[in-house]
Amino acid sequence: MKAAIVVFPGTNRERDMRIALKRVTGRDPLMLFHREELPKGLDLVVLAGGFSYGDYLRCGAMAAQSPVMKDIKDFAAKGGHILGVCNGFQILIEAGLLPGGLLRNASLRFLSMDCHMRVERAGTAFTSRWQKGAVFRAPMAHGDGNYFADDATLDRLEGEGLVAFRYTDENGTVTEAANRNGSARNIAGILSPNLRICGLMPHPEDLVDPLMGGTDGLPMFESLAEAFTAA
Amino acid sequence: MKARVYVMPKAGVLDPQGKAISHALEGLGFAGVNDVRAGKVIELDLTETDPAKAKSAAEDMARKLLANTVIESFRVELA
Repeated sequence: MKAAIVVFPGTNRERDMRIALKRVTGRDPLMLFHREELPKGLDLVVLAGGFSYGDYLRCGAMAAQSPVMKDIKDFAAKGGHILGVCNGFQILIEAGLLPGGLLRNASLRFLSMDCHMRVERAGTAFTSRWQKGAVFRAPMAHGDGNYFADDATLDRLEGEGLVAFRYTDENGTVTEAANRNGSARNIAGILSPNLRICGLMPHPEDLVDPLMGGTDGLPMFESLAEAFTAA
Repeated sequence: MKARVYVMPKAGVLDPQGKAISHALEGLGFAGVNDVRAGKVIELDLTETDPAKAKSAAEDMARKLLANTVIESFRVELA
């Protein structure tokens, strides 16, 4: 798998992502500064977490206008795979590559804690190593993760099976208490219609080694590695 | 020519910031505040001197960057 992690000013989770990708592929992903061009022949582009451009205007709004995003939109248009985690999810939304918006957490508090998610869509490049309905734990750390979209968009996402992950309790039950940031319909992560762009707020890359306290997030990276074994 | 872009959370979009301000006002003893919505104002200093063109340029900027029209509405006023 040839993967690149895009680094904007203020991105701070790129090394966590590098560890997760290296663990499943055995090779270092390319770290790409936002002023560089996106090289050809990539299988996966990752937008990592952080606070790109100081979250000015809206989280992800400035990064979405960054020169490299034009290349990333072309990459997406050609069917490239893109993973956006946390601020990366916010950037994908601001760039119009995924629908909806991410509002301030309903509690107004920055959330730094573990959450549980249920896999709603298995069988994609991001989720093939999970069964549908599998529950896994992931850390989250964000102030603006409250997923919002109008009812028509939410119905479309659910109807077309584009909800990737939902916040649940540890048993996989959708509850209000498990939905710490107040997201519409407990949505934690979504997919593009071609299933090749995935964005989510929590950080699976931070649970990929027993030394990190668990390997709950590893299946996402194993799924990606498996999807691109030939490469 | 100066233009002011008012960006507000859309009606129906939860505005936790406005809600928190409302609670704080109540805590200070201000009665009779039914609702608070918090947005932002962005001032643009434009070289354009034609008011219609300036307004339309500012609206274009708002649509493309200053507001996220999924969650926010905007209004442009020329100053």
